[in-house]
Amino acid sequence: MPDRLDVLKTYKLFIDGKFPRTESGRSWPLNSAAGEPIAHLSLASRKDLREGVEAARRAQPGWAGATPYNRGQVLYRMAEMLEGKRDELAQAIASLAPARSAKGKGRQATASLTPQDEVSLSIDRLVCFAGWADKYAQVLGCNNPVAGPFYNFTITEPTGVVACIAPDSPSLLGLISLLAPPLCAGNAVVVLSGGTNPIPAAVLGEVCATSDVPAGVVNILTGMRGELLGFVASHRDIDAIHAAGVSTDERVLVEKGIAENLKRVKVHAQTPWTDAAACHSPWWIEPFIEFKTIWHPASV
Amino acid sequence: MLRSPTVDAVMAQERAASFTKRSIKSSAKLAGLRLALSMLDLTTLEGKDSPEKARALCRKGLHPFERDEAMLGERLPSVAAICVYPALVAACREILAGTGVNIASVATGFPSGQYPLSVRLDDVRKAVGDGADEIDMVINRGAFLAGRYDEIAQEIREVKRACRRPDGVFAHLKVILETGELETLDNVRRASDIAIRAMAEVDAEAGIDAPGTPDFIKTSTGKVQPAATMPVTLVMLEAIRDWYLETGRLVGMKPAGGIRTAKQALHYLVMVKETMNLDVPGFEHVAGNPWLTPHYFRFGASTLCNDILRQIAWLKTGRYQAGYDFSEA
Repeated sequence: MPDRLDVLKTYKLFIDGKFPRTESGRSWPLNSAAGEPIAHLSLASRKDLREGVEAARRAQPGWAGATPYNRGQVLYRMAEMLEGKRDELAQAIASLAPARSAKGKGRQATASLTPQDEVSLSIDRLVCFAGWADKYAQVLGCNNPVAGPFYNFTITEPTGVVACIAPDSPSLLGLISLLAPPLCAGNAVVVLSGGTNPIPAAVLGEVCATSDVPAGVVNILTGMRGELLGFVASHRDIDAIHAAGVSTDERVLVEKGIAENLKRVKVHAQTPWTDAAACHSPWWIEPFIEFKTIWHPASV
Repeated sequence: MLRSPTVDAVMAQERAASFTKRSIKSSAKLAGLRLALSMLDLTTLEGKDSPEKARALCRKGLHPFERDEAMLGERLPSVAAICVYPALVAACREILAGTGVNIASVATGFPSGQYPLSVRLDDVRKAVGDGADEIDMVINRGAFLAGRYDEIAQEIREVKRACRRPDGVFAHLKVILETGELETLDNVRRASDIAIRAMAEVDAEAGIDAPGTPDFIKTSTGKVQPAATMPVTLVMLEAIRDWYLETGRLVGMKPAGGIRTAKQALHYLVMVKETMNLDVPGFEHVAGNPWLTPHYFRFGASTLCNDILRQIAWLKTGRYQAGYDFSEA
């Protein structure tokens, strides 16, 4: 007989700074790689998606209006809180590490990545984009030479509400890599976790809740991608999609959905997640900003 | 002396909460949303209102969603009325005359009512003269809370008389109780009873048996929190129901303020459906429930309109809509 009972965590969604159960009342049992039940998660429905988008839409102007320096501080604070949850996250990744025989894009590239390394890389990525928060505008914006008595600037503005569709693997690093670039540029995000291991995504909600991220700026849903992707794509109040690890069928679903609303879609096919040089670039931010060019009369 | 029944506040809240638990799906939901849209008193009551804004609101009320036929394959109903300050009635009339959409004007020193009676009555006469079909008056809450009930009744009678046009027809009167300032549900019930009786007395002295233009009681100005709530609306509906059972006369109900989502509007309609099941003769087409028509039930709201449109568009297309898909005014 054990000395005490284990207290297993019940993970919920993260919407508008709160941790609601899914509106649908559905849950999702997860077993470890060894077949042991380890957790129940909320299985998000399209109504949860709707709530997440409403919250993101409300929160986005305030987040975009925060100073870039402040957004950087908040992202850095997220990285600090991730650091404190290092063991919990590594354990979550390890307990559900996909079997070697499983098929799926991206897994080969990360097969050698240990859970501890994945957490470290995730933290580094967040810190990197915390740094970019007050620098990307200088790199991507510009002062244009024009033939006339005008100053001509191109400045960057956030796109709005971005849906991040996280890959199955690497569950945490993939998610952070998709989340951080639009976030640092002043977009609000709605995250849909990967399907095989949503626990790191659920833990990330707790990280956001304790790291000065304004309510609604990050919303995290754990659920079935196939069930929600069509609604994400056709939702007129989602301005862009940032996705990785989607199958051909899912890609078709997205393309059909966006045909009517022309939202911006960035899908990463084969991503070298562990390659900092490739992933730490401001070109990851560029799809989620709008360029605005202003003519300003030069003083006489 | 008027004897109003006392209200069990706990049960009123419990019962009101129970109306939010019903599951309404697909075609019933769509019908409910269309009905709610047709019951709207689309409202703008801001210091920055202008004739231009009032006219834009009138156009919105006439045709709430410009792309309805192209996108949804149906023409959605117009709202019931446009509710504005007295100075903007004339501007609304330019757009709404002869359309079937009424012009409602707040009056009597809205929203406080703290003006001399003569000023408040002039306010009403001016709005009626400019072409207002409906007058939303505020009661003097200070007098009510001080127990001067006769003074309240007398003022309501005076205002109702001022609603009479030269041709003898009355503009509909809506008496705003401002329930957020009345403290208790017992007071809400008492104020409802006073208002209903005072309006009926003027009908009686004018020799009107069954008024073609029903009078309303209304929860709030929208300027005081809390505005309309479900328990308060339930108590007011019960006052209307008891008056009908006692006298056979119909009085309308208008919750206003704080109803922002289509879901809330459906909750109110469920409450009306389940509270006002009275088998009123002549209303067989709405299951004998006159309060399921815009003639006897209204929502005073502004943002509610676009949320209803959003939900209708979602139900008809299966795609979630963005806020900017619907015009603002």
